[in-house]
Amino acid sequence: MTQQRSAALVGNPNAGKSALFNALTGARQKIANYPGVTVERKAGRLVLPSGEPVALTDLPGSYSLTPTSPDEEVTRKVILGEFPGEPMPQVLVVVLDASNLEQHLVFAQEVIALGRPVVVALNMIDLAERDGLVLDPAALQEALGVPVVATVAVRRRGLDELAAAIAAAEERSPEHHRPHVTMTERRLTAHAIAAAAIVSETAKHRLHSKLDRVLLNPWLGPLILFALLFVMFQAVFSGAAPLVAGLDSGIGWLAIWVKTLLPPSLARDLLTEGIIAGVGSVITFLPQIVILFFFILVLEATGYMARAAFLMDRMMAAVGLSGRSFIPLLSSFACAIPGIMATRSIADPKDRLTTILIAPLMTCSARLPVYAVLIAAFIPQRSLAGGIGLQGLVLFILYLSGIVSAMVIALVLRRTVTKGAASGFIMELPKYQLPTIKDIALGLWQRAVIFLRRAGTIIFMVTVVLWLLLNFPRAAPGEDQVDASIAGHIANGLAVVVKPIGFNRDMALALIPAMAAREVAVSSLATTYAVSAPDDAAVAVKLGDQLKANWSLPTALAFLAWFVFAPQCMSTIAVTRRETNGWKWPAFMLGYLFALAYLFAGLTYWAAVWLGLG
Amino acid sequence: MTLDLLPIGQRAVVTAVDWAVLAPDEAQRLQALGLDVGARVALSHRGIMGGRDPLAVTIGRMTVALRRSHARAMTVGEI
Repeated sequence: MTQQRSAALVGNPNAGKSALFNALTGARQKIANYPGVTVERKAGRLVLPSGEPVALTDLPGSYSLTPTSPDEEVTRKVILGEFPGEPMPQVLVVVLDASNLEQHLVFAQEVIALGRPVVVALNMIDLAERDGLVLDPAALQEALGVPVVATVAVRRRGLDELAAAIAAAEERSPEHHRPHVTMTERRLTAHAIAAAAIVSETAKHRLHSKLDRVLLNPWLGPLILFALLFVMFQAVFSGAAPLVAGLDSGIGWLAIWVKTLLPPSLARDLLTEGIIAGVGSVITFLPQIVILFFFILVLEATGYMARAAFLMDRMMAAVGLSGRSFIPLLSSFACAIPGIMATRSIADPKDRLTTILIAPLMTCSARLPVYAVLIAAFIPQRSLAGGIGLQGLVLFILYLSGIVSAMVIALVLRRTVTKGAASGFIMELPKYQLPTIKDIALGLWQRAVIFLRRAGTIIFMVTVVLWLLLNFPRAAPGEDQVDASIAGHIANGLAVVVKPIGFNRDMALALIPAMAAREVAVSSLATTYAVSAPDDAAVAVKLGDQLKANWSLPTALAFLAWFVFAPQCMSTIAVTRRETNGWKWPAFMLGYLFALAYLFAGLTYWAAVWLGLG
Repeated sequence: MTLDLLPIGQRAVVTAVDWAVLAPDEAQRLQALGLDVGARVALSHRGIMGGRDPLAVTIGRMTVALRRSHARAMTVGEI
């Protein structure tokens, strides 16, 4: 048996490696535009013209083989075959941004000097042409001494030629006869090679400097960013409303239909009260999650995300972080897991740890169902001055509370547990690019599938277990089923603890399974109220109306405040353990977030009662 | 004159860098991005909301964001 051939894509950040990787393998993977997006090992299969498969890896973008971040360290180790459990790739495909040769050729020279089989992909050559730059790939090949193929990943140009070059790549001898080459010498060589490869260069007024003049304007820039974020959160709530309502009534109709179809039995109740009420209540939030991810994917793909980091640097510096932390934190609005993984591009370890510890305070999409159901039930649908919806405003305030607490906590952490020198901010601002519809659609599809898979597995299981715990032992005639059940007993115990902050027993009951996934809180409440419903007509009442009948306004507000801070889902705890190499920091995170959740839920409740809202 | 004082849009060449005042890994990062003696640079954006941090420096066909403290370590001269 012969060993399977392998190759790896290497290059500077923003060389278009991820896009090229997608085009070569067809693998489903996120493409974005800011430095440090490729934080995970991405592997796929490339089929050579001969039909032979090649294992292709997409390595994190690097500026040199001397690592300055955990990201670059991965790249170095894999290239040199020092990464445990990772076979050394046979062929290295160096990806260059055609319009930024003198920069990208520095790292390319370092890789070529290793003497391993190398193929150079001169990528995004169309964008270089847009900027008035005409290049000669043959001259570049001559100067570098390795095959050079011009490619446009997003238009699938040059891919067959690249595959053929990978197949033909051969062993060369390392340049061991040459003395150590310094970075400065490489830079001079890079300049010379780039100059020789450029056929003509017309200084076109480039689009991106015009855009930057507006988007990075010291006053206009931050306003545009905040306006954009505000629009994003309004769209998530208002834009999705009709779709959510449609899904909601569809699920209600399904429950009734199943009830008329099947004879009364415990199994039928499991299906309608447990599965349809529980899982269904979570699925209704799919439109909102898709809209949120749409904004985040577009911001990433256009190159605006790095500008947002630039604009946020000042604010982040005030709490001891840098603009670089903004990208992982904004990703955490979708989910803390990719957010925490994206912190790998932060060079400073103290900075990185702080960012990981505050990432869960960014309102992730799993919390959205909880917010949405409570806001819809308790906040009147009114328009304030300027056509801003009150419900959207409350949602914005909840998101803002998370951000403000994160900033305050970062400030405290940087002065205590993660004390250290203030970190710097050095970051490439990539070119603006029009996102391709296909890439965005692919990204959204992946998110939707992940969300539905969660609904179908974790949420399904937790809902069923909860339903069983709620239904056994059976209540004696005249006794409330929830009170008699195992879950009821557990919740009654827990309710003693959460009673001071205004939580009732049903909420205590929802808090436990929410540890598995936050959105389960919604399905738990749905299941609980479905089980305790006296008759079938009551089951059909929408969850929002159930909540309105059972909770006071201060209680609902306290529950919202609780969810700004807690609970942490198990996946977040697991990824924090992995990224910080131990249980110390996840335990710390869990502890401080629960303490804050309790405190702020309490404060909200007491303040609301004092104001006479309940 | 140091890079942080360069008027917006004016092109200049880096004539000296005081690497000693920079943290070693930041020095390395700046160097990797091409901010070194001989680099042709221009300041394209400075600060937000009346502040003077961060800076956006154009180098070749690339834009790099950095802090004023980094730019202060770089002496620039006329091309």
